[in-house]
Amino acid sequence: MIAIENLSKRYGGTAVVDAVSLTVPDNSVTVIVGTSGSGKSTLLRMINRLVEPSGGRVLLDGRDTRAEPAHVLRRRIGYAIQGNGLFPHRTVAENIATVPRLIGWDAARIRARVDELLAVFQLDAAAFGAKFPHELSGGQQQRVGVARALAAEPAVLLMDEPFGALDPIIRAKAQDDLLAIQRRYGTTIVLVTHDMDEAFRLGDRVAVMNAGRVLQYDHPAVLLTRPADPFVARLAGSADRALKLLSLVTAGDAAEPGEADGPAVAASASLREVLSELLWAGADRAAVRGPDGEHLGRLTVAAILARGRAGG
Amino acid sequence: MAAAGGALGPVDRLGALLAGIGALAFLGLPFVVAKPNRILPGDALSLAAALPGWQAVACAALLAAVAVVAVGVREPRPRLAAALAGIAAVALCAAAAGDALTPPGNHVVRIAPGAGCWLLLVSLGVLAADALAKERPGPAARIAFLAAVAGVAALAFAHGTFDHLSVMREYAANAARFAAALRRHVLLALGSLVAAVAVAVPLGILCHRRPRLRAGVLATLNLVQTIPAVALFGILMVPLGALAAAVPLAAALGIAGIGAAPAVVALFLYSLLPVVANTVVGLARVAPAAVEAARGMGMTRAQVLRGIELPLALPVILTGIRIVLVQNIGLVTIAALIGGGGLGAFVFQGIGQTAIDLVLLGAIPTVALAFAGAVLLDALIETLERNRQ
Repeated sequence: MIAIENLSKRYGGTAVVDAVSLTVPDNSVTVIVGTSGSGKSTLLRMINRLVEPSGGRVLLDGRDTRAEPAHVLRRRIGYAIQGNGLFPHRTVAENIATVPRLIGWDAARIRARVDELLAVFQLDAAAFGAKFPHELSGGQQQRVGVARALAAEPAVLLMDEPFGALDPIIRAKAQDDLLAIQRRYGTTIVLVTHDMDEAFRLGDRVAVMNAGRVLQYDHPAVLLTRPADPFVARLAGSADRALKLLSLVTAGDAAEPGEADGPAVAASASLREVLSELLWAGADRAAVRGPDGEHLGRLTVAAILARGRAGG
Repeated sequence: MAAAGGALGPVDRLGALLAGIGALAFLGLPFVVAKPNRILPGDALSLAAALPGWQAVACAALLAAVAVVAVGVREPRPRLAAALAGIAAVALCAAAAGDALTPPGNHVVRIAPGAGCWLLLVSLGVLAADALAKERPGPAARIAFLAAVAGVAALAFAHGTFDHLSVMREYAANAARFAAALRRHVLLALGSLVAAVAVAVPLGILCHRRPRLRAGVLATLNLVQTIPAVALFGILMVPLGALAAAVPLAAALGIAGIGAAPAVVALFLYSLLPVVANTVVGLARVAPAAVEAARGMGMTRAQVLRGIELPLALPVILTGIRIVLVQNIGLVTIAALIGGGGLGAFVFQGIGQTAIDLVLLGAIPTVALAFAGAVLLDALIETLERNRQ
C-alpha cells in the first residue's frame, strides 16, 4: 500500500503539488490524470523521490520512503516512462537486467528472469535478447521498457505516460497487455496520463488533478456519474459520459440469465461494444459467450441502456 | 584519352581532370631534379631523360592506362587498383632515376623528385582517395588498408628502394637523430594529449552539470585557442623560467623556460577546447529519457555517468580527441623553435640551410603520422557508433 500524506512540492513560491493525500491499495491500478502542468508527473516522481517533496510524506507499506537512500528505494520500485528510455548501447537482455544487476542477483537468476519476462511480453528470447533497442519497433521497445521496470519483481510500478508515444492500435494492445501482467504479478501500479479514456480503461481508481490538487479520487464510474467538481465533469466528458460508463462494464458482468437468438458477443467485450454490435445488426438482444464458447447469458438493449442512465 | 573515354561510356569528370593534370605534369614538368649537392640548383630532367628508354616507355604506357581507367571506369575498385598501381609505378620510377643518375660511390649529388613527379603522386592520391570514399570500406578494412600501405612503405625502406633519392640521403645522414626526433615528436604529441584528456573530460562533465560554468570555461578556452602558437611559447617562457629558478625540484624535472616544458604546456592548452567542447556536446546529446530511466531505476549519479552518459557520449568525445591528436602532431613541429625537439627540428634546420630535402625529412613523417592517427581514431569512432543511434 502506498499512503501519500499531505504531499507538497514548491518551486520558489509556486506549489506544483499542493498538499495531496491519497491512498493506493495493493494489487490495484491507480491512474493520475490531468492536463499538462497539473502536477501529476511531479506527484508520481515524489513517490520514488526523483523529486524530493517540500512537505508531507510517502509511506510504502507503512514505512517512510525517506528511511533509506533514494537510489536504494528506487531499486524496489519499477519505473517506466514515455519514450521508454531504453539504453541504446545495451542489448534488450542487458536493458532488462539493469536493476537485477544493481541489486546483485547471480547470473543464472538474471538470465532466467530475462527469459521469463521476454516470454510474458511475447518477445522470443533467442531472437530479441541480443538485439539493440534501435532494431525494435516502437511497440516492442515499449514492451521492453515495461519488462525492464518489472525485472526485479517490484511490488510497485510507477508509469509516466508509458503509452504516449504509441499509435492508437498498438496503444490499445499495450493497455490490454499491461492489465494482463498486472493480474499475473499482482503489481500495484500508479500510472500518469493526460488521456481520460486511458484512465478509465486502466484505472481501478482515478485521481483527477488540476493546479497541484487532487479534485476527486474514486472509481471511474463515480467520476462519471457523480463528478465532484465542474472540472472533473468537463475532463470526464459530459457529451459521451453515458457511453464511457458503458465501456467500464463487461458483457460477462452484466449478462442476465436466459437464452438469446441475437448475435454472439464475447464476455470480455464492453457494454459499449455490445450496444454498437446490436445497433449494427439491428437486433435487440445478444448472446454472451465465455472464452471457450460456452453460453453465459443474454444482454438486451433495454438492459444496456439502463446501465448508461445517470445513477444507473 | 577523351576518345578512349568516349568509347568506354560516360566520362568521369574528376577522373578527366586528374588525367589532364597528370598528363601536363608528365609531359610539361621535370620528373626529377639532379643537383650536384644538396644546396645548389640542379638540372630538371624529364622521365625519358632520367631513365633508360624502355623503363620510361613502360611507365608512360602504364600511366596512360591509369588515365583511361580514371576517365572511363566508374566502379571504385578498379579505379583504386589503377591509382595504387600508378603510385607504385611513379615511386619506383623515381627510385630508379635516383639509382641511374647517382654515380657509384658519390654521396654528394642529390636526386630529388621534381614537380612533375609530385604532381603525378598528388593526382593519383586524389584518385585513390576518391575511389576509397566511394567504396566506403568498414573500419576494419580501413585499418587493414592503412597497415598494408605502412607495410609496403616499411618493406621499401628496409630494402633500400629509395636510398638514392635526396630525402633518403638526408635520412642516411641524420639516421640517429631521426629516430630520437620521431620518438620525441610522438611523445610530445601523445603526452600533451593524455594530460589534456585527463583534465578536459572531467572539466567537460562539470560544464555539463553546471550550465553557468559552461559559458565562462568555453569562452576562456576559445581565447587560448586564438593565441598564435609562437606567441604562446613566448608567454610561457617567463612563468616556466621563473618556476624553474625558484623551485629546484621543477628544474630537476626538466621544467624550463625553453625546451619540452613550454611545448607540452602550450599543446596541452590548445588541446583543452576541442575535448571540453565535445564532452559537453556529447553529454548533451545523450537521450534525456535514458538518463531519467537510469536514475528512476536506482542507479547512483556515478553509475549513470559511468554506465550511461559517458559510453553514449564517447563517440563525440573521441571526435574531439581525434581533432586534438591531428592538431598536436602538426603543432609539435613548431616546438622545435624553442628547443622542444621533434621532427620540426629538421624542418627549421632545412629552412635555415635552404635544404628542401631536409624540410621534407621532417614534414613527410609528420603528415604520415597525422594521417595514420586520423584513420585509426575514425575507425574506432565508427566501430563505437555502429550500435548507438
